[in-house]
Amino acid sequence: MDALFDSFIFVTIVKALVIFAVLMTTLAYLQWVERKVIAHVQVRPGPYRVGPHGLLQPLADVVKLITKEDLVPPYVNKVFYLMAPFLAITMALLSISVIPFGPAIQIGPVRTWMQMTDLNIGVLFILAVSSMGVYGIALAGWASNNKYSLLGGLRSSAQMISYELPMSLAIAAPLLISNTLSLRELVESQTGGFWHWNLVGGAQVISFFIFIIAAFAETNRVPFDLPEAENELVAGFHTEYSSMKFAAFFMAEYANMITVSAMAVLLFLGGWDAPWPSEYGSSFLPPLIFLFFGLVLLYHGKQAVRKWDKITFPAFGAIFLVIALIFLIPMVQGWLLPLFWFLAKTGAILFVFIWIRATLPRFRYDQLMSFTWKFLFPVAMLNLLVTALVVALRTK
Amino acid sequence: MDVILFLVFALIAVVAAINVVVQTHPISSALSLVGVMGSLAVLYLLLGAEFIAAAQVIVYAGAVMVLFVFVIMLLNAGAESKKGRSYMVQLLGVPLLIAFLGLAAFFVQSMYGKETVVFGGFQGGSPRDIGKALFTTYLLPFEVTSLLILIAIVGAIVLARKEID
Repeated sequence: MDALFDSFIFVTIVKALVIFAVLMTTLAYLQWVERKVIAHVQVRPGPYRVGPHGLLQPLADVVKLITKEDLVPPYVNKVFYLMAPFLAITMALLSISVIPFGPAIQIGPVRTWMQMTDLNIGVLFILAVSSMGVYGIALAGWASNNKYSLLGGLRSSAQMISYELPMSLAIAAPLLISNTLSLRELVESQTGGFWHWNLVGGAQVISFFIFIIAAFAETNRVPFDLPEAENELVAGFHTEYSSMKFAAFFMAEYANMITVSAMAVLLFLGGWDAPWPSEYGSSFLPPLIFLFFGLVLLYHGKQAVRKWDKITFPAFGAIFLVIALIFLIPMVQGWLLPLFWFLAKTGAILFVFIWIRATLPRFRYDQLMSFTWKFLFPVAMLNLLVTALVVALRTK
Repeated sequence: MDVILFLVFALIAVVAAINVVVQTHPISSALSLVGVMGSLAVLYLLLGAEFIAAAQVIVYAGAVMVLFVFVIMLLNAGAESKKGRSYMVQLLGVPLLIAFLGLAAFFVQSMYGKETVVFGGFQGGSPRDIGKALFTTYLLPFEVTSLLILIAIVGAIVLARKEID
């Protein structure tokens, strides 16, 4: 029996299943969070009908998308039309497999890393996979045999090639400081508080911002969402797609968002490390946060205006309090705290993604191109040169 | 396991390479070429040259081929029409192809026939080794190549400028 649990294949399959299930749920709920945040920015409630505060809306959306008529227009190039969404979602999910969520943990007899696999070229792997993701969008635009789709596909491939350059240069700078390409070692080189993170300790503020900007463009998000600009291109490259094929593109976009956010955290923000060492009490922060929100929910539940909230607010408040208590158990702290910090940092960056979508208008296409080639690329280059010089002088 | 993987991806590479020539539509050919690049990357990985494998995917499959596909889409190139082939070409083509393949196989066999390939046995494929080799042993070829690329870029811009003015 022990041999079974210890075997590499068994552990990997279990990890793959867990990560897949969690990721799929996260993708569905990220959509809910996005709609909620944008709604609140625009002073409206957002999804509200399905479940308390629209919490079951993602479930309804999934059912809706699955049961919709799956239409294949007669004039499309069938092979590539069907291949495109598959390609997009595969490449988007593939890059999650090298992202480490936390340190090595001990579950019963098995000791394993909270990561599918650690490649010694992990960073390059993610770059390679994300550069293959362009084909999904470009092919979708071309195979649809629709002018709007084609324009969307062309825009997206030009945009992704252009922004990949500053992105790679921005990634190279923290790699120089950490002196590794493995994502796990990258985090280990930044342990011990926020002053060791590449953002602060390595003074990589410029490359961090270049990375984030390029990440927006790579994931086709506002203000760089020209491939799907509604008011000029109907829906861009996915105009002709319906039902689950449309959902595949949607899921790919959100999965890519999660990947780049996780990459930003791993490269610049110290991965799963707490902002300051646990000797100074960083392990008490997560339970305090949950305690605070639990109490807020209980307080609001007491004087709720709506009938439902009288039940749901205290229920969620109690759940939060239980979570706060779980964080205080020393046995689970070893893996729960790193996971919390990783998810908190990734979530913060994802929130910025949504925040900016609610705030900024779209770029014009020529602005988009001149911005990356005339500003972002030279700045990234300069930053890399200066970083290389500093690293060379320091290690001498 | 290694042998099975090698056979599968070598087969994919060969079939995709033939497909590049056989397909009449440029997009299909370009995507078959992507398939060739991808399976070559897997073969590099099997030999233990992980950096070259990653570079192969990033540079060739990810950047060069995306540009190819982009240009094909932009020009909206249609499928080739089949022209009548001459009788001579059909008669000579197949034997000449077989003769060429036989010659190539013979020369490869005579040059590298005694060496055995060990899967994962390649040393010096890590990013560190390759960086060191590029900037010490092969510094001159490396710099000359970058100069060549610069000349190509300048040439492309000059050619494009003429059209615009």
